[in-house]
Amino acid sequence: MVSAFVAAIRVTGHRSINAVWRTGMATRFFFLTLMYSGNSFRRFHLIVKELFSTGVLSLIIIVVAGLFVGMVLGLQGYETLRRYGSESALGSMVALSLVRELGPVVAALLFASRAGSAMTAEIGLMRATEQISAMEMMAVNPIARIVAPRFWAGVISMPLLAALFSAVGVFGGYFVGVIQIGVDEGSFWSQMQAAVDFRDDILNGVIKSFVFGTVVTIIALFEGYDAPPTAEGVSGATTRTVVTSSLAILMLDFVLTAIMFRGN
Amino acid sequence: MTFPKGKLIAIMGLSGCGKTTLLRHIGGVLKPTKGYVKVGGQIIHELDHDALYAMRRKMGMLFQFGALFTDMSVYDNVAFQMREHTSLPEDLIHDLVLMKLHAVGLRGTQHLMPSELSGGMARRVALARAVALDPMLIMYDEPFAGLDPISLTVVGDLVRRLNDALGATTVLVTHDVQESLKIVDYVYFMENGVIVAEGTPEEIRASDKAFVHQFVHGEMDGPLPFHYPGGDYRQDLNLRAG
Repeated sequence: MVSAFVAAIRVTGHRSINAVWRTGMATRFFFLTLMYSGNSFRRFHLIVKELFSTGVLSLIIIVVAGLFVGMVLGLQGYETLRRYGSESALGSMVALSLVRELGPVVAALLFASRAGSAMTAEIGLMRATEQISAMEMMAVNPIARIVAPRFWAGVISMPLLAALFSAVGVFGGYFVGVIQIGVDEGSFWSQMQAAVDFRDDILNGVIKSFVFGTVVTIIALFEGYDAPPTAEGVSGATTRTVVTSSLAILMLDFVLTAIMFRGN
Repeated sequence: MTFPKGKLIAIMGLSGCGKTTLLRHIGGVLKPTKGYVKVGGQIIHELDHDALYAMRRKMGMLFQFGALFTDMSVYDNVAFQMREHTSLPEDLIHDLVLMKLHAVGLRGTQHLMPSELSGGMARRVALARAVALDPMLIMYDEPFAGLDPISLTVVGDLVRRLNDALGATTVLVTHDVQESLKIVDYVYFMENGVIVAEGTPEEIRASDKAFVHQFVHGEMDGPLPFHYPGGDYRQDLNLRAG
C-alpha cells in the first residue's frame, strides 16, 4: 500500500519534472529561433517557400471549413434570433462570432492539424535521417536554416488564414440566412457594418490569430526537432503537436478573450 | 591516433566499438570527457560556436545513408554549401556543381530528387556534396554499407581519387575489410573505444594477432564474441539436462 503510494508520487514527480524541463527547452528553442531569424529575412525566398507549404496548401481546408461553419451559424443564429424577433441581427451575429472567436480559434485548430503536424513530421524525419546532423557538420545552423523560415511562415500565414476563414464564413451565413431563408439583405449587411468595430473586433481577432500562429508553429517545430529519431518517435511527436497545440489554443483563447473583451 | 595530411586512414571494429563516436568527436558534435581531438593545430572541444563552425567548413562528412536533403534536387544538394558559405555567382556555382557531379559519375542526375536515386547513387551524390568546398579533412561513415559489388568498387576508387586530387586527409570508418585494405594507407582497429591494433594494409594482412586475423578473415571463433552475453541457452529453451 505504502510502496504503491510512493510509486505514484515518484511517477507524478518524474512527469512534473519532465514537463517543466520540456517547457524550459521549448522556451529556449523559441528564443533561439528569434535570435537566428535574421538570415530568414535577408533571404526572404526561404520564408516564401515555406509560406506555400504552410499557408497555400492549407487554403482548401480553411475555405471549406469556413464556409460550413458560416452556414451552420446562419441556420442556428436565425433559429435563435427568430424567437426574439431579431432576425435582422443575423448579419452582426454571424460576423461577430466569426471575427472575434470562431475564425481565429477554428482556423488555428485546423492549422495545427494540417500544417503543424506536417511540420513536425518533416523535421522529425529530417532528424531521423541525419539531415539535421549533416547540416550541422556543414557548418550551417539548422535553427537558422530550417526552423526560422518555417516559424515566420507560420506566424505570417495564420492571421491571413483566419481572416479568410471569417470572410468565407460570412458568405456562408449570407448564403443560408439571406438566399435560403430570406432574411432581408439590407438588414443583414447594415447590421453587420454597424455592429463590427475595427479595433475591438477585427484587430483583436487578428491579435488572437497571430498569438495562435506563434504558439502552434513553435510547438510543431519544437516537437519535430526534439523527436526521437525513430518511426515511433516521429509519430508520437506528431500526435503531441496536435494535442498540445489544440489545448494551448483553447486555453490561450480564454485568457485573450478575458483580457480583450472584459467589460465590453 | 594520428591522421597525417594527405593520408587515407581506415578505422575498423565491430558495431558499437566507438567508430562513429570518434567521428562525432572530430566534428565537434560530441565533447570528450577525457583527452582531446586536435585538427589543424586547434583543440576541437575548446573552440567556441563560431570557431567550431569555421573549422567545420574545412571538413566534409559522408553519412552512412547519405543524409541528402530530401526536399532538394541533386543539384541543390551539391550546391547547398556553396550557396550557404560563399558569395559565388550562380553561373559559377552551376559549373562547380556539374564538375563535382561529373567526378562521381552522376552529372546526368542533377535534376533528380533524392527519392529517385538508388542507394549507391545517393551515396555518390552525398560524396560530391561532402567535397563541394574542397575540404582539408573528409570523414566517411560506413560508405560501403549496403552497396552492390560494382558500386562498392566505384565508391572505394572515388574515395581514394578524391583524397589524392584534393590533397586532403581522409578518415574512413568501415566494416568492409577487403575493399578498404585496397585503398587505404593505414588502419586502426578499435574495440570498446580503444585501439587494439594498427598498421599498413600489408602489416594488417600479415598480422598474426588473433583479433586482427579473426576480423580480416571474418572468422566466427576468436577473441571477438559473436553472441551478445546472455543466460544459459538450455535454460532459456526450458530444456532439462540429461
